[in-house]
Amino acid sequence: MIIDLPSTTTSQINSRLVRLRDEGGATTLGRVLTLVIVTEDGQRTDAAIDAANDASREHPCRVIVVARGARQAAPRLDAQIRVGGDAGASEVVVLRLYGELAKEGASCVMPLLLPDTPVVAWWPFDAPVSPSKDPIGQLAQRRITDAAAEKNPIKALESRRAHYAPGDTDLAWTRLTLWRAMLASSLDLPPYEKVVDAEVTGEADSPSTDLLAAWLTDRLKVPAKRFKATSGEGIVEVRLGRPSGAVDLLRPDGKVGTLTQPGQPSRRVALQRRSVRDCLAEELRRLDPDEVYAAALKSLAKVVKGRAHTAKDEAPAAAEATNGSAPKKSKAKAGS
Amino acid sequence: MTTSAKWHNPLRDARDKRMPRIAGPSALVIFGVTGDLSRKKLMPAIYDLANRGLLPPGFGLVGFARRDWADQDFMKVVHDAVKEHARTPFNEAVWAQLAEGIRFVQGTFDDDASFDNLASCLAALDAERGTGGNHAFYLSIPPGAFPTVVNQLKRAGLAQTAPDQWRRVVIEKPFGHDLKSAKELNRTVNEVFPEESVFRIDHYLGKETVQNILALRFANQLYEPIWNSNYVDHVQITMAEDIGLGGRAGYYDGIGATRDVIQNHLLQLLALIAMEEPVSFKPSDLRAEKVKILSATRPAEPFEETTARGQYTGGWQGGQKVPGLLEEGGFSPESKTETFGAITCEVNTRRWAGVPFYLRTGKRLGRRVTEVAVVFKRAPHLPFDDTATEELGQNALVVRVQPDEGVTIRFGSKVPGNTMEVRDVTMDFGYGHSFTESSPEAYERLLLDVLLGEPSLFPKNDEVELSWEILDPVLEFWARKDEPALEKYKAGTWGPPSADAMTARTGRHWRRP
Repeated sequence: MIIDLPSTTTSQINSRLVRLRDEGGATTLGRVLTLVIVTEDGQRTDAAIDAANDASREHPCRVIVVARGARQAAPRLDAQIRVGGDAGASEVVVLRLYGELAKEGASCVMPLLLPDTPVVAWWPFDAPVSPSKDPIGQLAQRRITDAAAEKNPIKALESRRAHYAPGDTDLAWTRLTLWRAMLASSLDLPPYEKVVDAEVTGEADSPSTDLLAAWLTDRLKVPAKRFKATSGEGIVEVRLGRPSGAVDLLRPDGKVGTLTQPGQPSRRVALQRRSVRDCLAEELRRLDPDEVYAAALKSLAKVVKGRAHTAKDEAPAAAEATNGSAPKKSKAKAGS
Repeated sequence: MTTSAKWHNPLRDARDKRMPRIAGPSALVIFGVTGDLSRKKLMPAIYDLANRGLLPPGFGLVGFARRDWADQDFMKVVHDAVKEHARTPFNEAVWAQLAEGIRFVQGTFDDDASFDNLASCLAALDAERGTGGNHAFYLSIPPGAFPTVVNQLKRAGLAQTAPDQWRRVVIEKPFGHDLKSAKELNRTVNEVFPEESVFRIDHYLGKETVQNILALRFANQLYEPIWNSNYVDHVQITMAEDIGLGGRAGYYDGIGATRDVIQNHLLQLLALIAMEEPVSFKPSDLRAEKVKILSATRPAEPFEETTARGQYTGGWQGGQKVPGLLEEGGFSPESKTETFGAITCEVNTRRWAGVPFYLRTGKRLGRRVTEVAVVFKRAPHLPFDDTATEELGQNALVVRVQPDEGVTIRFGSKVPGNTMEVRDVTMDFGYGHSFTESSPEAYERLLLDVLLGEPSLFPKNDEVELSWEILDPVLEFWARKDEPALEKYKAGTWGPPSADAMTARTGRHWRRP
């Protein structure tokens, strides 16, 4: 059921929600959190709502969408309530804010938060520079951003590092979970040897590749090398060098990976790229600060940006140059 | 072993709670692979695990059955089972990777050559797929065949391990039909497989709500102070099914509801509800508490008054005409098998002295439901007029295990109006209908735990033997005297009159779940 409330106020929305609950039975019972989605009006807001609805099947929640509309218009709040079949296991309140109100999202969200349950903020597209200082971010225990969805993913990731606060997380990190698990379990097997070097290859603008290299740098205490792939999607290859031979996980097509390690036959691994809804469900599973992510972010500066990979000598020089400047900048920031 | 114990994997970190636990390289061999359980539960669960990325890249699935199948035929069966029953969407890439490790071995349990074939098949899998010599054997077969199969496994050298390898055996209920047979079964299995590598599947323990009992009790401050005989009047544990026994005569006739359900599921639920707080959630600590509480549990006497049993007769149930047990195919027309069983237990500890635990189960009851109801005493003083609280019952906390998983609390509330009138209302935690869609099936969780070697959700031999010690006196009494009589009850009702009598004798009554 979709109910439109044009030019309204939050107290009208609230009383409508209570009335819906009275009429339709226990629709708001058992909600475990409030998820606030912040977008610009007209962005792919519906895709984000769909992902949230899917995630709500695991985490029943109230979803509040703050869609910021034209700043020049007269201030107005249009709301839409979706419940039942149109909202998965959640109830969705879409707030379209126009004019001066567009900057005042937090004040519209506040009265609609579920009492005494966690609040999660999610910027599916462009995130504020410092999520924890954003007015909506301040309402939330957990702030989810997505570097890969921004215009310059690598720069976005750099900004995440510079402005990290406990409770921040990024879907670029969530997309790594399967890779990390696969690599960790490959080291559970003999030979039990120290990893002496690590190399990560991926698309030039894949923030997940950078984060994976940073995580390996942090955990293995050796600076991982980050190479740019000329073909493939996202992360393409990870190599962990050990005295007796390397563990190699290669995913050229973004779907199926091949794991090679000494003493074992090489194996195929299903490593399909994860959907946003999958990542979001994982994010909502834990709401405490992710210290491992924080440590990985901190190590971003230690990652060695590789020269052209041996097999991919023809990597464009221009991309090389822009990338080469990134570590210098980050070092400067880390020092200040 | 020593190197692996000393090795600290630098990529693992206790703080890294996202990282899923992926099973190590291993192969799962299913005996009785043509059965219903295997098609409807095991195969889909394996696929779902693979789809969630929780199976190792080197994973082998071997079917063992009498059918004259090639690997491809078996693969087709698995494929169809997965397509039809899997929880997660079908993904060609995941399937292709899983299918590479699927093998079939044709043979019978008494044929040495078949087991030698199985051994060479597993050796080949180790070489081709790198399953690392780690094998789990899932015995989805009648318990009568256990001795033959485990001894065959031993003879074929499949039970011995080299260092850094494991062998595990998974068995299903019934774990015997009384204490003596349970001990014998345990001995047979333990002769070949040490107890730490035996995994007894009780799929109820894999359910989220059952694990949630521990969270409810030990993570909250709210319930612990009242979780004792000062406040609890009695506890009711119910597992009711609305289906009959058509087609299950071979297994069920002579076994009956009490052995089939109370011995394992209901007594395990009782242990979780009644046990003391474990020192930690380590499997050994958890088990220590379960064993303690089961060893303090006795059936309450006199049995002719504290137990009940019944057998369903035909009739109309839920808009369908259903046959009675004696008309079901395969059952003897004189069958004395009970399809409804209820017992009263007392737990002789300081916490629970004087609190009866009523356990009941049955087929063709009112509806399908499993729940644990902790019913509290009435308030010692009610400062209202008598008329105001006439309709007020006892407070209750109900853990709904299935379906519609969740927790309900029942308490009194004022009826709106200008007179003071208090009536029972419920407060509901709908854990179930929202969460379950995406939460894993019990078998997924349990199979993964087998492959990981994580034993907390599997009852051990002493727990099984203790449960039989509780149940045996009742079963013997029923066999010796014909009291309480095996009463008939109509399909679709909540059991025979003796069931109501056993609670009514102390002024209590069964909840209608």
